Amino acid sequence: MIGWTTPRGWAHIGAGFAFALLIPAFVTQNFLLHIAILVLFSAYLGQAWNIAGGYAGQRSFGHAVFVGTGAYVTAILQTRFGWNPWLTLPPAIIGGAAVGWLIGFLSFRAGLRGSYFALITLAFSEVARILANSLEITRGGLGILVPLSPGFANFQFANKGNFFIVVLAMFAVAFGIAWWLEKSRFGARLVAVRENEDAAAALGVDTFKAKLHALMLSGGMAALGGSFYVQYYLYVEPPIAYGVERSVEMLLVSMIGGSGTVLGPLVGSIALHLISDTTRHFLEAPGVALILYGIVLILIVGFLPDGLISLFRRRPTVVPDTDSGAPARRGAHA
Amino acid sequence: MIYDFPIIFSSVMNGLMLGGIYALVALGLTLIYGVLHIINFAHGSLLMIAMFAVWLLLETLGIDPYVALPLMVAGMFGLGYVLYKGVVGPMSHGEDANILLVTLGVAVILDNLALYLFTGDTRIIERPYSFEMVEIGPALITLPKLISFLGSLAVCLVLWLLIDRTDLGKAIRAVAKERQGARLVGIDVENIFALTYAIGVACLGAAACLLLPTFYVSPQVGNVFVIIAFTIVVLGGMGSFLGALVGGLIIGVTEALGGLFLGEALGQIGISLIFILILLFRPTGLFGGAK
Repeated sequence: MIGWTTPRGWAHIGAGFAFALLIPAFVTQNFLLHIAILVLFSAYLGQAWNIAGGYAGQRSFGHAVFVGTGAYVTAILQTRFGWNPWLTLPPAIIGGAAVGWLIGFLSFRAGLRGSYFALITLAFSEVARILANSLEITRGGLGILVPLSPGFANFQFANKGNFFIVVLAMFAVAFGIAWWLEKSRFGARLVAVRENEDAAAALGVDTFKAKLHALMLSGGMAALGGSFYVQYYLYVEPPIAYGVERSVEMLLVSMIGGSGTVLGPLVGSIALHLISDTTRHFLEAPGVALILYGIVLILIVGFLPDGLISLFRRRPTVVPDTDSGAPARRGAHA
Repeated sequence: MIYDFPIIFSSVMNGLMLGGIYALVALGLTLIYGVLHIINFAHGSLLMIAMFAVWLLLETLGIDPYVALPLMVAGMFGLGYVLYKGVVGPMSHGEDANILLVTLGVAVILDNLALYLFTGDTRIIERPYSFEMVEIGPALITLPKLISFLGSLAVCLVLWLLIDRTDLGKAIRAVAKERQGARLVGIDVENIFALTYAIGVACLGAAACLLLPTFYVSPQVGNVFVIIAFTIVVLGGMGSFLGALVGGLIIGVTEALGGLFLGEALGQIGISLIFILILLFRPTGLFGGAK
C-alpha cells in the first residue's frame, strides 16, 4: 500500500479532506454540488460493501437490503412516530447491523461461500423488496414522502453545500474504518478469511465470527447511507430502497476501483461518475452509461483484478507468484 | 369456503403450465452449472434478449413465434458460443467468483442495451390463437399456455436425448465428471465448455418462443426469471435435469398458489423464501445426491 503511516501520508490525507471541505465554498452551482454529493455517496456505499465484500471477501449481490432498511427506518420513524431525523440515525445503523447479523448468522452457519453467498444475499434483498411492496407500514408501492421542512434540526438543507459536508463526514468515517482495518487485528482476520478460509480457521481465527462482524459493520454503514438518501431526496419506495441496481452499483464501485483497499471505492466512484456524466453529455439516452459500466467491470475482472487503483500503486518488489490468479497477488500487499 | 376446488385447480393448472417454461429456462442454467460449475448470472438477460428477438421477428418480418423456434434456437446457440469463447471464458481465467462477476457484467450490458434500443416499455404480442381456450377438467387454460407447456417438455426430452445418446453428449458428461481425465482421452475441454454454454443459451431461444405468446417482454424481464431460475436449479439440485423439471413445476405451482392466497404483490415472496430455505438447509436440493 501507499505509505499511510508516514507523516507524508497523513499530510496527503489531511490535504485531501481540507480541499474537499473547501468545495462548497467555491462551487456554488447546484448541479456540480449535486454530482459531488453523488460521487461521495457512491464512494461511501462502495466502502460499506468493501468491508464485507473486499476485506472479508464475502461478495454480496444484495447489499441494497441494508441501504433500504436504513432508509425505511429513518422514513418510518420520522413520518409515523414524529422522530427527529437525526435521532433516527442510530436506530437505522442498528437496524442495518441487525439485518447483517441475521443474514450472516443464517448463511455463514450453513457454510455458504462464494457464489452461493452472493445469491442468497440477492434473495434476501428480494424478500425485503416484496415485503416493503406489500406491507402497510412501508405504504407499499406508494412509497414514503418525507414532508419538506428545511432547517439544520430537521436534517434538511436548502443549500446543497451542507449536504455535501454531511456526506463528506460520512465518507471520512468510512475511510477511517477501512484504514483501521488495514492495521488492526480484526482487519487482518478478515483478510485471512478472504485469502484462505480453511487456513485461517486452522490458525485459530474464528472465521464465523469474523465474517459475521464484517457483515454487521458493513450493514450498519450501508444503512446510514440509506438514511442519508431519504433526507436528500425526501422520498423512498421499494425499488429505490431494495432494487438490484443499488446492490450492483455498490459492488461495481468497489470492484472497479479496487476492492479490499482504502481508496478503491472512491476511485471507482469517480471513474463511474466520469463515465456516466460524460456519456450523458454526448448521448442523452437511458442505459448507455450502464452499458459502459458493464464493459468496464468485465475488463477489470479480465485484465486488472485489483482494480483501477492498482494502476497508481508502485509495483511490489517481490513478484514471483506461485500459481495462478488474483489471490496470490492480493497477498503481496496485505 | 372462498377458495373452492375449481378455482384452486385452475390455479394449479396455470402454475404447472408456467412451471414448464420455468423448467426449460432452468434446464439451460443447470446444464451450464453441471458441466462448467459456473453460475451464469446473465441467464435472465439472455432470455430477455431472446424474447425481444422473437418480438422483433414478429413485428418486422411477421414470423410467428412458433415458426421462429428453430431460428431462435440456432441464433441463441451461436450467441452463447461466441459469448463464451469471446468474453466469459477468456475474461474470467476459470475462477468461480470471476465468472459470476463477468456474467453479471454481461447482464448489465444486455439489460441496458435493451433499454437503449427498445426503451423501458412493456410489450406484448397478440396472435389469432392468443385467447383460445382449452378445457382441462374444471379449468380453462389458454391454448398458448398449453402449447408452451408441451413444447417445454418436448425440448427437455430432446435435450436429454442429446446429452444421453449422442457422442457430443458423452463428451459433455465426461467433462462434467472429470475434466482432467476428459482432456487426457483427447476431448477438447475448452470447446466442450463453449458448446455446453451455447446449448444452455439455446434453451433460452426455445423458451422465448414458447413464452412470448403468453407473457410480456421488457428490459427488466430478465430479473424476474433470474431468481426463479436459480431457485429451481437449487431446489432441484445443481446440475440435475430431473431436478430442474420437477423444481420448475413446483415453483410454477407455488407462484400461482402464492398469488391466489397472498395476492399479486406478496405472492412472489414464496419463491425467494424457498430459495433461501433450500440454500440454508438442503443445499444439495431434492435430486442432487452426494457427488
